[in-house]
Amino acid sequence: MSEHIVSKKVYYAIFAALLIGTALTIGAAFINLHNFNIVVALLIAAVKATLVIYFFMHVKYASRLTKLCVALGFIWLFIIVSITMTDYLTRGWFTYVP
Amino acid sequence: MSNKVKSDEHSSAHGHGGRHPRLVHHFDSMEQQNEAGNFGMWWFLLTEIMFFGGMFTAYTVYRHMYFDAFAAASGALDIRWGAFNTVVLITSSLTMALGVYHAQMGNNKKLTMFLLLTVLLGGVFLGVKYIEYSAKFTEHIFPAASNFQWPPYEKPVAGHAETQQLADPVFTGHVKIYFFLYFVLTGFHATHMIIGMGILLVLAWQSWKGKFSKEYHSYIELFGLYWHFVDIVWIFLFPLLYLVDRHL
Amino acid sequence: MKSAISQQRFNRDGEPQTYLNNGHGLRSWFLTKDHKRIAMLYLVSVAFFFAVGGIYALLIRINLLAPNGLFESDTYNRIFTTHGIIMVFFFLVPAVPAVLGNFLLPIMIGAKDLAFPKINLLSWYLYIFGAAFTVIAVIAGGVDTGWTFYTPYSSTYSNSNVLLAGVGIFIVGFSSILTGLNFIVTVHTMRAPGLTWFRLPLFVWANYATSLVIMLSTPVLAITVSLLAIERVAHVGIFDPAIGGDPVLFQHMFWFYSHPAVYIMVLPAMGVISELIANMSKKNVFGYKLVAMSSLAIGVFGFLVWGHHLFVSTQSVYLGIIFSFLSFAVAIPSAIKVFNWTATLFKGSISYDAPMLYGLGFIGLFLIGGMTGLFVAAVGLDVHLTDTYFVIAHFHYVMVGGSLMGFLGGMHLWWPKMTGRMYPEAWARAAMVIQFVGFNLTFFPQFILGYLGMPRRYATYPPEFQVLHIFSTAGATILAIGMAITICYLIWSLKKGQRATPNPWGAAGLEWMTTSPPPTENFYETPVVTWEAYDFTVVRPEDVTGMAAE
Repeated sequence: MSEHIVSKKVYYAIFAALLIGTALTIGAAFINLHNFNIVVALLIAAVKATLVIYFFMHVKYASRLTKLCVALGFIWLFIIVSITMTDYLTRGWFTYVP
Repeated sequence: MSNKVKSDEHSSAHGHGGRHPRLVHHFDSMEQQNEAGNFGMWWFLLTEIMFFGGMFTAYTVYRHMYFDAFAAASGALDIRWGAFNTVVLITSSLTMALGVYHAQMGNNKKLTMFLLLTVLLGGVFLGVKYIEYSAKFTEHIFPAASNFQWPPYEKPVAGHAETQQLADPVFTGHVKIYFFLYFVLTGFHATHMIIGMGILLVLAWQSWKGKFSKEYHSYIELFGLYWHFVDIVWIFLFPLLYLVDRHL
Repeated sequence: MKSAISQQRFNRDGEPQTYLNNGHGLRSWFLTKDHKRIAMLYLVSVAFFFAVGGIYALLIRINLLAPNGLFESDTYNRIFTTHGIIMVFFFLVPAVPAVLGNFLLPIMIGAKDLAFPKINLLSWYLYIFGAAFTVIAVIAGGVDTGWTFYTPYSSTYSNSNVLLAGVGIFIVGFSSILTGLNFIVTVHTMRAPGLTWFRLPLFVWANYATSLVIMLSTPVLAITVSLLAIERVAHVGIFDPAIGGDPVLFQHMFWFYSHPAVYIMVLPAMGVISELIANMSKKNVFGYKLVAMSSLAIGVFGFLVWGHHLFVSTQSVYLGIIFSFLSFAVAIPSAIKVFNWTATLFKGSISYDAPMLYGLGFIGLFLIGGMTGLFVAAVGLDVHLTDTYFVIAHFHYVMVGGSLMGFLGGMHLWWPKMTGRMYPEAWARAAMVIQFVGFNLTFFPQFILGYLGMPRRYATYPPEFQVLHIFSTAGATILAIGMAITICYLIWSLKKGQRATPNPWGAAGLEWMTTSPPPTENFYETPVVTWEAYDFTVVRPEDVTGMAAE
């Protein structure tokens, strides 16, 4: 059990990092990076989520099993999104001419 | 059968002396009980990821198919409210984390305070959500309403001058899809917040009554996981819904 | 370790303490937190829905006796939809895990109960609650979309009770999620000392893998039917082609659950078969680790193949080829299981009691079901076979020939443990043979029908198909008689059956080291496991004969 007590300092530091992340997200959205806007936005969101999971949710101090469990969730999210998208990305490749 | 034992003497089956009063009969130790609760909560959150995952899949598909409509529709949202709510929710995650800290310290007074603070911030978030939702009604961009119109009623849309003026029914249909996804994503997220706030109030009351202690506070920890998860969902929703294509 | 059997305790009347006589009256059942009693609640409700679904199956077969059909086409649509919804969501998915798994999983790992007994009870109530919605939907006029609820028919055009049925399925989904959650946490945290992962019975492995699949797939069904329901109510939604929505996206999301759901139905039955084969031939399962791992492999691969239901939709043909390849790949872990069961039989001391007959029946029927699965997994052939009776026959060979045979085999193997009574062996063998014959007569002609082009879900057909349809209906009647016999003698045996010894089969496993039926806490002291799975040298002869207990 993660009966590890995280000090308040860590919590405040993560809070500050999350606020900075939010500011960065908004800032990046107003710069034209063409296709990379979404990449940057998702990267920042992923970093923020990781900080929350690691420190607020104590996964950094949890067992490998818990870490595996968290990873499993995101892997399966990736499976459903990526395979479904593969369909939509490759549909147009083949056109049937009678 | 030699050793006939009467049924009312069955407590000897537990064997161990000094069991914590909160330890349920089928667990051997407090540690095992807490571990089971923690692991179970994580698996529950896994199902939550997949629940929102279905909607994220749909979002990805339609954003790919109708990017222009998504960009234009996203411009109709007020980025200031979105940013404000992000900060509110992050702060509520902080107060929740501090609540867990004080639970671990066995400080019931501060635990109660931080739980109530978390409820309060959740309330602020929902209040802002209410303002945003009602704006969608007055601007006639609530997708299920019969008076749905695009561009929105009496409201200039940020960016994309060439697409916003299109009153093309096909384009309007795609905008509808965006707003449908906006409402189900934020709606299910808000539902999770409302359920969470209900549980928070119960926990705050229990903590005020002195139910939790340094040794026994697993419910606070487990609920903290749930609350942080709801925060994480919003961390993704904010850029995906409000910031589709903001640059000029 | 002292045997739980030698520690057996007696209540004031001198009767042995069991979970069955620990409390009487409705309250002691409906508010129980004992996993064994909850399993019995599930057994009764699941059996009820099996009977209802079976009656609807017979109605389908009666309609198809004549080329023009006996019912209105609309009525027929509602009949097969009800059959599908009830059999899939209210029988096949919960049958093995919620009945046999609930009863046996904690005992097999030496635990007193599942990790969250209250949640376990809640899961049964959710099942009943969800079932109530579905029953209301059926009584109020039924649903006519087919159990797959394809959009835009279900979302826009159908004027039947899609919404009620959708709510029912949403709720029953939570019921199976809670069962899965309980199993995963229990297996991880509550195994008896010495019971390492590779000493677990294969039934536990199979249920563990099933639970993983349930947890990762069911929420997607929940959100899919939620979006469908919102679309139906609000008249706007993402599956509506009128505003640019893609109905095929619904199929993607639906089959992301419903294909893995096939493994939710068949994996636990495979776990039962492993137990049957090992215990009835008194040998460790050949390649134990491979069989255990193949359960996990099937669970994982099962998530990557859903697109083979979409071959004739607008799904990309390139993705179709990948899905086809991955579908073929699932055959590998399935084949590993079949080969290893067969190899287990080699030089075993085999007894042909009813559970074993069901086990052997499973292997044969699942083999046919699995192999024809490869036919329909091939893109080119599937264009011809899709939505024909070939597909119907294929998945009934897997679902009925697989899951149902596994469920019934398990019920017979553990009936003495669950009730403390033996079922009548001769009747059971006869019923199994009748069911086997009836089943094959029902569904084998459907392979031919499908290959000849008879489409599924049609109330009428050209006259040249009538002979095969009559064969099929005759088979369904025989199958129903076989089922009725089983239900009758099992109920009879509750009162009149011979009392069971703790281990009537001479089987290995912790559940046979406690009394029949077990006491409320399963074991009086936590067992310490020092042996491998299926080690028949630790079976005590006095438990088999029950002599020492006198």
